[in-house]
Amino acid sequence: MKAIVTVIGKDKSGIIAKVSTALAENMVNIEDISQSIVQDYFTMIMLCNIKDSKLSLKELISVLNKVGEEIGVSIHVQHEDIFNAMHKI
Amino acid sequence: MINFQDIIETIDMVEKEHFDVRTITMGISLLSCIREDAQKTADICYDRICSKAEKIVKVAEDLGTEYGIPIINKRVSITPASLLTAPFSGKEIVLAKALDKAALTCGVDFLGGYSALVNKGMTSYEKSFINSIPEALSITQRMCSSVNVGSSKTGINMDAVRLMGEVIKESAAKTAESDGIGSAKLVVFCNAVEDNPFMAGAFHGVGEGETVINVGVSGPGVVHHALQSLKGASIDEVAETIKKTAFKITRAGQLIANEAAKRLNAEFGIVDLSLAPTPVMGDSVAHILEEMGLESVGCHGTTACLAMLNDAVKKGGVMASSRVGGLSGAFIPVSEDIGMIKAARNGAIDLNKLEAMTSVCSVGIDMVAIPGDTPATTISGIIADECAIGMINNKTTAVRIIPVPGKTVGEEVEFGGLLGSAPIMKVSPYGCADFINRGGRMPAPIHSNKN
Repeated sequence: MKAIVTVIGKDKSGIIAKVSTALAENMVNIEDISQSIVQDYFTMIMLCNIKDSKLSLKELISVLNKVGEEIGVSIHVQHEDIFNAMHKI
Repeated sequence: MINFQDIIETIDMVEKEHFDVRTITMGISLLSCIREDAQKTADICYDRICSKAEKIVKVAEDLGTEYGIPIINKRVSITPASLLTAPFSGKEIVLAKALDKAALTCGVDFLGGYSALVNKGMTSYEKSFINSIPEALSITQRMCSSVNVGSSKTGINMDAVRLMGEVIKESAAKTAESDGIGSAKLVVFCNAVEDNPFMAGAFHGVGEGETVINVGVSGPGVVHHALQSLKGASIDEVAETIKKTAFKITRAGQLIANEAAKRLNAEFGIVDLSLAPTPVMGDSVAHILEEMGLESVGCHGTTACLAMLNDAVKKGGVMASSRVGGLSGAFIPVSEDIGMIKAARNGAIDLNKLEAMTSVCSVGIDMVAIPGDTPATTISGIIADECAIGMINNKTTAVRIIPVPGKTVGEEVEFGGLLGSAPIMKVSPYGCADFINRGGRMPAPIHSNKN
């Protein structure tokens, strides 16, 4: 199963490191990543495969929300199907 | 990978524009629960509802978390209860109590289907059932009621229209201490739909399957936001943008509905894309209409804008899902929409304009507060007018009106929560009692004879 992880917040050093470390620790593979700064806001979107992870999507969401709180950014984790459903005919 | 902008757009829809799945409603057939004894029937209905819907709240919360789309309400709709109470006429309240208890046990927000379908004729047990509605609504918390009094195929049951005027007044009177909230949970329909997931009018039609999941998606804020970048654009562009937005919203609903049905071991019924406002800022249908160029909802041009909005929403929805049903369109409740409340306070909108608007949108006179001393026959007159609009135009129309006990024009009523607040609106001072008291059945229109 694949999930889209979206990280949005004030830019500072170490955001990618913290988020990708949390993903690696939980055996979540990052398959694609894109990132940009929009009006001083750091925005990163990752396509993650969680098939090897011991965590369910719900558990992963709570782990990443905690990471988000620690580093002061907002992290959304959503099943990729929602984007496919809404934006592809 | 999925487009960067699309992902941000979806997140913004939820975070900034109040996009949500408004309701997951489980329709449950209770026909096989009917017994001769009231208490026995009530017990079996209670058990059936609890066993079918015990996981609905958890499943909805899980889905909301996994897909990142909030699911606001979890509801249950049941077989029209007048069919269940037929063998023990006069003891309907026993069932009402069990239904409310079942809703509480399952943790659902509302249970709909304390309903009767009397669009052509009314049996003695249905009359007894309808007479039980005011008491049933006054002693329950989560139960909603509806009565279908007409259809394009059968005409309008004017005896039922007369009765419902009285039942609405009594429902308000029995809940006078909370400003007549009983009648806010009671809808009178013409052409009621059997798969509507929205309250107060949801019930599980007899043509439906055993257990069905119907999902209602909303998103007035999303549509409003999309139109803000179209200042001065032609109305074609506005219609096209609404259509595209409706498509995206419906697709999210369809995904959630499919997954919910799977997890709850039920059939996927329909997605109902209805722009349903809430009283919070940024979640208003009136503001969409004003964004199109109206100084205030209710001014000349409002009916035209609403007609286009309703149609564009349906077109986007139909493209997105092969199972669009329910009411699917735009709701125009007064007390639940911050823009409508403002227009009513300013006198920009009145009952006559609302009635005109209901001829082009998906519902009817909804959540309108009127003076508590309005005669029952005048309320029946309002119902008859709405039914006529629905019957002639082959569409659903409804009346959910609250004659607020002890209050009159110039005062306001506060229902709280999603039901919002509303100024008391003026009704015609001229009576229609002689018309209503005629009773009988208004014949179906000529174009209903299609066989």
